[in-house]
Amino acid sequence: MRFGEFGGRFVPEVLISPLEELERAYSKFKDDEEFKERLDYYLKNYAGRPTPLYYAENLTKKLGGARIYLKREDLLHGGAHKINNTIGQALLAKYMGKTRLIAETGAGQHGVATAIAGALFNMEVDVYMGSEDVERQKVNVFRMQLLGANVIPVKIGSKTLKDAINEALRDWVSSFEYTHYLIGSVVGPHPYPTIVRDFQSVIGKEVKRQILEIEGVLPDAIVACVGGGSNAIGIFHPFIKDPVRLIGVEAAGKGLSTGKHSASLSAGKRGVLHGMLSYFLQDEDGQIVTTHSIAAGLDYSGVGPEHAWLKESGRAEYVAVDDKQALRAFIELSKTEGILPALESSHALAHAMELAKEMSRDEIIVVNLSGRGDKDLGIVMEVLR
Amino acid sequence: MIKKPALITFITAGDPNITATLDFMISLSKYADVIELGIPFSDPMADGRTIQLANERALKNGTKVGDVFKTVKKFKDQSETSVVLMTYYNPVYRRGVENFVKEAKEAGVDGLIVVDLPVEEAGEYLNICRRYKMETIFLAAPNTSKDRLRLIDEASSAFVYLVSLYGTTGARERVSESAFDLIRRAKEVCNKPLAVGFGVSKPEHVSELINAGADGVVVGSALVKIIEKYGEGATEKLEEKVKELKMGVDGL
Repeated sequence: MRFGEFGGRFVPEVLISPLEELERAYSKFKDDEEFKERLDYYLKNYAGRPTPLYYAENLTKKLGGARIYLKREDLLHGGAHKINNTIGQALLAKYMGKTRLIAETGAGQHGVATAIAGALFNMEVDVYMGSEDVERQKVNVFRMQLLGANVIPVKIGSKTLKDAINEALRDWVSSFEYTHYLIGSVVGPHPYPTIVRDFQSVIGKEVKRQILEIEGVLPDAIVACVGGGSNAIGIFHPFIKDPVRLIGVEAAGKGLSTGKHSASLSAGKRGVLHGMLSYFLQDEDGQIVTTHSIAAGLDYSGVGPEHAWLKESGRAEYVAVDDKQALRAFIELSKTEGILPALESSHALAHAMELAKEMSRDEIIVVNLSGRGDKDLGIVMEVLR
Repeated sequence: MIKKPALITFITAGDPNITATLDFMISLSKYADVIELGIPFSDPMADGRTIQLANERALKNGTKVGDVFKTVKKFKDQSETSVVLMTYYNPVYRRGVENFVKEAKEAGVDGLIVVDLPVEEAGEYLNICRRYKMETIFLAAPNTSKDRLRLIDEASSAFVYLVSLYGTTGARERVSESAFDLIRRAKEVCNKPLAVGFGVSKPEHVSELINAGADGVVVGSALVKIIEKYGEGATEKLEEKVKELKMGVDGL
């Protein structure tokens, strides 16, 4: 239940029993043939897997360095990688006999993906969302409601993602008998970081198969953005034992020196929150501080414990990209390849574009294009004006 | 620490400000056997609305962990009443477990409750508390198995804190059925005194729980509500309320 010293199960006593129940159920069903078949069926026929691994030829030529491949998670149903996890966990919840799903959401992407899974499997869905985010993300709120979910604004603390997680945990304390808490990233108490990682690993497994088919060799580097870190872990994990550079890109927001960012690995300290020992942005008293990023999906003050361990062990590298760099990458990919990337994924792309220039033409970079940018048009329009 | 049956009263340090906290502690100590003082935290996930708001008020006015220690020290200079700190783990971890326990001990803190530190994760913490002779209190919930109750009893030196219900802190109309079941089960396996909290707000609740075999009761949100309403001027109202609750302990 640990990644090195990170992870663990730092929760109030009342949650120990539901977490143990979840752990037992997951270890029972994860290798169950029928469960796996059903999951594969929905991933393929409903979510749209496998997603293409696309050689970004125009971008590569323009930069004149390493060959850039894009893992097109943006083409999935719902517009992001989030659905890999929500279908997996919702199906698991169904097998466990739960009738209700609760989730936290920041930008609303995970909330939408949970609402989709709830509609698909006919389960009641309540999504907790900071009231600030409800204001900022009205379209996603409406989207969730159309999909049959109930969106509950959280009006306490910083009124953002971390508070939504607190509120979902509070709900779960009194509802676990019939409710599954569907966490949206590789965060939270054990076994969540493992479960979410396993469901997201489908990304990396496909990349491995696809790149070997296309290029006949493994990539030299894989780049993914890191908020909580689920798309990054998903693409990294199958390559952990391979000689491939794994690079996580955090959000430097308005700059690491301004304090207005959400780069918990680059600028945070070890701490314990939301059930896990990991890195958090916090003050000297251990109070969790508020974060900023132009990409709402990266706007979290912590990070998954496996990332903390990958950093600590030196197996993965972590860098930070600021709002402006991400925005430039957003515009660049739109113009050169005709693809609007999510602002989250634009962080990974921004770093990959820098990296490509330093690498030779026979080297390969894979970027996880974790989501599509349509949801960000409002923000981009505002900034560009 | 607990003279049976005991009244344990909770307030959040720094709500509405740290000077008032000292006054409140003094008035609570006239009737309470133990004062449980909450260290305000940015993410109090085990707490209901009332205490969440108290945490927010305390942090907004700049209450620091160091201020809480100083306040305990001032209180202990003039009172014998036991003081237990209730905290989430991160403020402890951030300070360094040993530093935290040491500072708490020096301030005169008698015991610690760390809400989100279950026994499995508490190895280092327990060693340090033993070394500094700091009393430990762990929580048990209605769904805690007998085997875990045993572990929790072993890890707790002062008393075991029984969480009466499936939920967060906060005043409720009546005592949850699960409280009585938990008291029964805990009595079978625990050697330490048993204090029941969460949702306990009235003298009737208190006497009901004591009659059911609890060695102590914890009242928090009902007091914090008074502070929310009267602010710095809550001293008298608090005293009235604790007196009333104490009557519940002593038998109505």
